[in-house]
Amino acid sequence: MSTARMSTLATLRGSIERLEQGAAHDLNKIALGHAAADSVLQGGLAVAAVHEVFAEGHQSATATGFIAGLAGRVSSRRPLVWVRQDFSEIEAGALSMSGLAELGLDPRLLVTVRAADTDAALRTAADALACDALGAVVLEVWGQARQLDLVASRKLTLAAQASGVTALLLRVAAEPRPSTAETRWIVRAAHSPPSAPSMPAAPWSAWGAPVFDAQLVRNRHGPVGRWIMEWNCDESQFSEPASHPQPVVATPARRPHQAEAFSLQRRAS
Amino acid sequence: MRGRAGERGGGNGSARGLPLSLTPRASSARLDPRKGGGNNSDALGDTSHNTNSRLPLPLAGEGWGGGFAASDTVRIEGTSSTSIADSYPTVVVAKQHNAILIHSLDEAAVRAGVSIGLPLANARAICPELTVFDADEVADRKMLEDIADWCDRFTPLVALDPPHGLYLDITGCAHLFGGERALLQIVSGALSRRGFAVSAAIASTAICARTVTRHASGKIVADGEEAEAVAPLPVSALGAEDAITAGLRRAGLKTIGDVALRAPHEITARFGASFTALLQQALGQGDGPISPRKPLPDYIVEKRFPDPVATDTVIAMNLSALATMLVTAMDKQGKGARKLEASFFRTDGAVRTIPVETGRPVTKPEVIDRLFRERLEALNDPLDPGFGFDLIRLSASRTEIVVQQQRDLDANVHDSDELSALIDRIAARIGGKRVVVHLPEDTHIPESAVRAVSAQHHLAAATQAAWPERIAGEPPLRPLRLFEKPEPIKVPFATVPDGPPHQFTWRRVTHAVVRVEGPERIAMEWWKQNGDGPTRDYFRIEDEAGQRFWIFRDGLYESELADEEGEPTPPRWFVHGLFA
Repeated sequence: MSTARMSTLATLRGSIERLEQGAAHDLNKIALGHAAADSVLQGGLAVAAVHEVFAEGHQSATATGFIAGLAGRVSSRRPLVWVRQDFSEIEAGALSMSGLAELGLDPRLLVTVRAADTDAALRTAADALACDALGAVVLEVWGQARQLDLVASRKLTLAAQASGVTALLLRVAAEPRPSTAETRWIVRAAHSPPSAPSMPAAPWSAWGAPVFDAQLVRNRHGPVGRWIMEWNCDESQFSEPASHPQPVVATPARRPHQAEAFSLQRRAS
Repeated sequence: MRGRAGERGGGNGSARGLPLSLTPRASSARLDPRKGGGNNSDALGDTSHNTNSRLPLPLAGEGWGGGFAASDTVRIEGTSSTSIADSYPTVVVAKQHNAILIHSLDEAAVRAGVSIGLPLANARAICPELTVFDADEVADRKMLEDIADWCDRFTPLVALDPPHGLYLDITGCAHLFGGERALLQIVSGALSRRGFAVSAAIASTAICARTVTRHASGKIVADGEEAEAVAPLPVSALGAEDAITAGLRRAGLKTIGDVALRAPHEITARFGASFTALLQQALGQGDGPISPRKPLPDYIVEKRFPDPVATDTVIAMNLSALATMLVTAMDKQGKGARKLEASFFRTDGAVRTIPVETGRPVTKPEVIDRLFRERLEALNDPLDPGFGFDLIRLSASRTEIVVQQQRDLDANVHDSDELSALIDRIAARIGGKRVVVHLPEDTHIPESAVRAVSAQHHLAAATQAAWPERIAGEPPLRPLRLFEKPEPIKVPFATVPDGPPHQFTWRRVTHAVVRVEGPERIAMEWWKQNGDGPTRDYFRIEDEAGQRFWIFRDGLYESELADEEGEPTPPRWFVHGLFA
């Protein structure tokens, strides 16, 4: 092979590398807080990219919680625009600000756009993505939207890359289709962790923080995986599921003798 | 100067011209049928014919005496009476007090001896060959509104004088059209060309102008000559109530001059103070306000085209040039626009007005330009240039003083500017009510704890709202998705009174309850009017698949869940929200 050809190949390789780096745009990643997921994602969720979250129709609240968590992680005290269709509000209820506040997110930073249909929602989301003052844009689309094809997804990706705003697509009751998303998740509800052994079983035991069964089905720059993730409302990040649904007090080193009759672990009041 | 347009009144005994609802008749006289009453076209009709209907257009104006002296009034009166000699007499009838009465008629009918207010049966007896049409007052009203829209090109202050008149306040506007005489001719000429019978006059008060139009068209009453101008006119020209007019006649006061000669207190004692005021306004001794249809915008810029423009690019170019002019004008006074209106005047008389609102005062022409571009693109009913626009006007109907803000080093101000600009753009496209922020409300009722308000107007309030603090260490106590209307669920049996169900059926799926927290008891706001209702016991529930629901039982056992006889009634259960 001639030297000239070798050098041409090297130049081409170099330019492809540069192109790929540009496309990946992965300089900026924000850790989700769940160690296993973060290591698979090589540091966390990429900002300035499109991420898709899919869920079945009856799992809409779970998926909403998951995407709210992602948005909370990536937007970091910047305004959040939530674009949704009229239909999804009828079907799955409106996004509740008190619920959002309970998850540790700030309702003051949220601007909701009530789009009438998918076309308007998509267009609004693309507009919002071009505004670099935002932290993230959530686009909530119900059902298999014909308009959300590869072209639309590419447009969103380009807009996100240009402005540095993260686009999060919540696709409830939809089947995954080819897209330019950086990651794609399928989310289901997971059980609360089992109660403390000392507590009597079942119905009256309380449940704790939201727990998601999150399956990473697509990752453009790495492997995929499936984890049970818990959203920690106080620290506003994901974490490994706790062993108990509610905080447990540590066993004191020295206990008063009256307490010895009780079990070793006690639920905090 | 004020102007008004109205129908040539019936007071002077002449024909009270047919109002504009005379469509079929008009079309037979080769007028554009679109013009007619029942049609929904907003065009003023074409210019094919000018003899058949007349819109009396009394422009009354005077009072430039001593510079800016009085306000001048143009009154436009409209009649559409047909004057074809050999045509059949035509009347328009309306049902009043259970009788079909003649509402308006043409000159042929007048010659045949028919008059307004006559029952149709009597009129038929007098003149059997009458052609009869039903009155369409809604269409008449719409036509008058459309003419008023068209008149907006002369002055921003146009008032309706139903059923057939318009007032235009042309104070300070006449010179733009070459003086009062020229303006009068432009207005009445354009309307006559479109097939309306017009009677117009200019005077210093609205009432004086209206009175003069009842008698003759095209008269300009000089300042100070109002009394002379109206004195020879019959009292009915004043447009007072019929009872007053009849009373004056009976008293032998035939003309306005006769009435003016009496002492005011005599007139007031007999006919009331409001008539005296009317008389004084007609005589130019006092002035009453007109009520313009639209508030006067703070700033107006407009561009007239000798050749109508029709292509989108030219329209957009002119709009952005107008935006620059408007911003320059506002900038001199440190103002920014909160509400803008672009009006497009089509050559055939149709006017389209497109409003745009902004969240904070706009001071940049490119922002205005972009907002209108978004708005025009998103119109359901796109801007139709037809044969072209001959006038484009941009007005700032609400402006605010712009507060210059110090730019922070951390670019916070920049960010909030960007956000409100984005909100404006989205609102221009899909409507201001569809972009919302949320404010907390001080109530325990979950569905009313949050109020959604327009982001354009309440962005600042929403970013500083005080939301209730969440209790650290607790799992979420409120659902992430809340149904506006709680959805009923089927609970087969309640084991323990006041306890949660073991299973429930929602949307035809049965969920077994695995974990429960509750009840959280929320009482209705009994201290408010209509605030009384059953107390709700809320439970946070997790089912066997890990899904979480917020369900409640409506009403307390024993006390609330009982009928009049004290027999217990089955409780109703609802799912109100879903947790993540």
